[in-house]
Amino acid sequence: MATATEHIPAGTWVEIHAIVLPPGERAPQTPPDTQQVPLEMRAKGLLIEPAALDDDVEIATPSGRRLRGRLAAVNPGYDHGFGPPVPELLPIGREARALLRGRGQRR
Amino acid sequence: MTAALSYQAIMAQRAGIVRDSIGLDYARYATGALAFDYERLLADTGYDIETARAVQTRTGVGATPLIELHNITALARAVSRPGKGARIFLKDEAKNPSGSFKDRRASLSVHEARRRGYPGVAAATSGNYGAAVASQAAKAGLPCIIVQEAFDSRGVAQPEIAEKTRACEAYGAEVIRLSVGPELFYVFLRVLKDSGYFNASLYTPYSILGIETLGDELVRQTQALTGRFPDAVVVTHAGGGNVTGTARGLRQAGASGTAIIAASVDLTGLHMASDRDFNRKSFTTGHTGFSLPFTTWPDRVDVPRNAARPLRYLDRFVTVTQGEVFYITQLLAELEGLERGPAGNTSLAAAFALARELDEDRLLVVQETEYTGAGKHPIAQLKLAKQLGVEVTRGDPRRQRPGERIVIPEHPAQLAAVDVDLDRLRRSYLRNALAALPAGTELTAADLVFLAEETRTSQAYVQERLDEMGRKT
Repeated sequence: MATATEHIPAGTWVEIHAIVLPPGERAPQTPPDTQQVPLEMRAKGLLIEPAALDDDVEIATPSGRRLRGRLAAVNPGYDHGFGPPVPELLPIGREARALLRGRGQRR
Repeated sequence: MTAALSYQAIMAQRAGIVRDSIGLDYARYATGALAFDYERLLADTGYDIETARAVQTRTGVGATPLIELHNITALARAVSRPGKGARIFLKDEAKNPSGSFKDRRASLSVHEARRRGYPGVAAATSGNYGAAVASQAAKAGLPCIIVQEAFDSRGVAQPEIAEKTRACEAYGAEVIRLSVGPELFYVFLRVLKDSGYFNASLYTPYSILGIETLGDELVRQTQALTGRFPDAVVVTHAGGGNVTGTARGLRQAGASGTAIIAASVDLTGLHMASDRDFNRKSFTTGHTGFSLPFTTWPDRVDVPRNAARPLRYLDRFVTVTQGEVFYITQLLAELEGLERGPAGNTSLAAAFALARELDEDRLLVVQETEYTGAGKHPIAQLKLAKQLGVEVTRGDPRRQRPGERIVIPEHPAQLAAVDVDLDRLRRSYLRNALAALPAGTELTAADLVFLAEETRTSQAYVQERLDEMGRKT
């Protein structure tokens, strides 16, 4: 159904989110903390029909399948990275090189 | 959720979905109540090492360099008793097309999928194997679906898995990312049923036979460099495929006296299916959360019979800690100029400790590396650990507590390979075997032979253990 908030065109690369299993329907062997939360799914593909964020939409995945879910993100980025150098790792190389030099002196 | 797609409804169709998605009739190989003809299951695929090598050569898989780690060896000798400190060699598997030895495992599966006319390939994996299947599928012109366990209930992605998502998508795969839980397999069955794709399971014969080339290559390369067989090969151990395929390759290359030493990261106390624990582990593979259950009962996987059966091949099994692996990862970069891992360096951390026990003329081969990158790096893992309140400190690595404290060694002499009692694992395997025996079924003579092979012991040993457990045959 068309509404004024539909501004994401068909063919846009998007991510959908869906609840696969709600808390009461999870596998019996699941530990208690995991039982209390739903099994969630996220997948990316091309939007089939124009839509707005949070709409229930269909996407075409790279393998050609059609999947349904809540429109969660438009062209989501890969924002994993490194972060700042870790102080606990910084001295390791220097210490090892000193040990190697020391070994030469002992001989 | 419609009833037809409920967890119970899909799991009830498990056998049929798996059979259709692999096209192997495992029932043909049964020889007893528990026993099956393992060697025939593998041989019937038609892949020996030369056939596998031919397939792999076409996609640029394998023939990776073997590098002697002169500086790390010198460091081990600097902190060892006089005359101790074996030579350490590293098989640089990061040079494979998608950056890990997993390309060897993916290559035969994707080749089979295409040869048998499947419309695509799918795999349930959060690790390097997903990128490997996606890469091989791209080369074969087949569509690919990878199902990952990727984020916790707060939406926080494990950084290493976020990198695998990116890599799989870079190769053109569809990636289904899931929150934490054992229902990864349930979703995977739904994907297989929906798509009709080939199940590029990590545990089919193809996946194991593809690794035999690694064992064969490293024997030939060690001989070319030193004129000898390796004294020991150290293998990062999770699901058992790496141990199994490498050991089989070594044997076929004639290195029957080479010890197979498995190494895992100690994650004792963390529950693998716990939403809370998920991001409190800094390693997503190569750890005891996989290696202990898979060693003591391999047939807990997405195929009826696991072709990875590590207890048949292990001479020794050791654990190292997360902090020790981060430490050796830093040394590999700064002393050898190789930025690799971290998870793949589990075996290197163990090898460093093991080298100190051995004479200087002994040869230790670490049989893999993996590519490193954003998310897949000690910095990214330790950043997340600190954010979650895990203490990161330097000191004696024995003070670590998985999920609470990571201890990075202050001195290379603190690295230790802690032995796992193989006899305890054999007993555990036999208990699991008895538990898997259908009610009212008796063990046959063929089962006793099989259990002796499985545990790499004798029928007398198996009989004694069974007697202790109150089981009559």
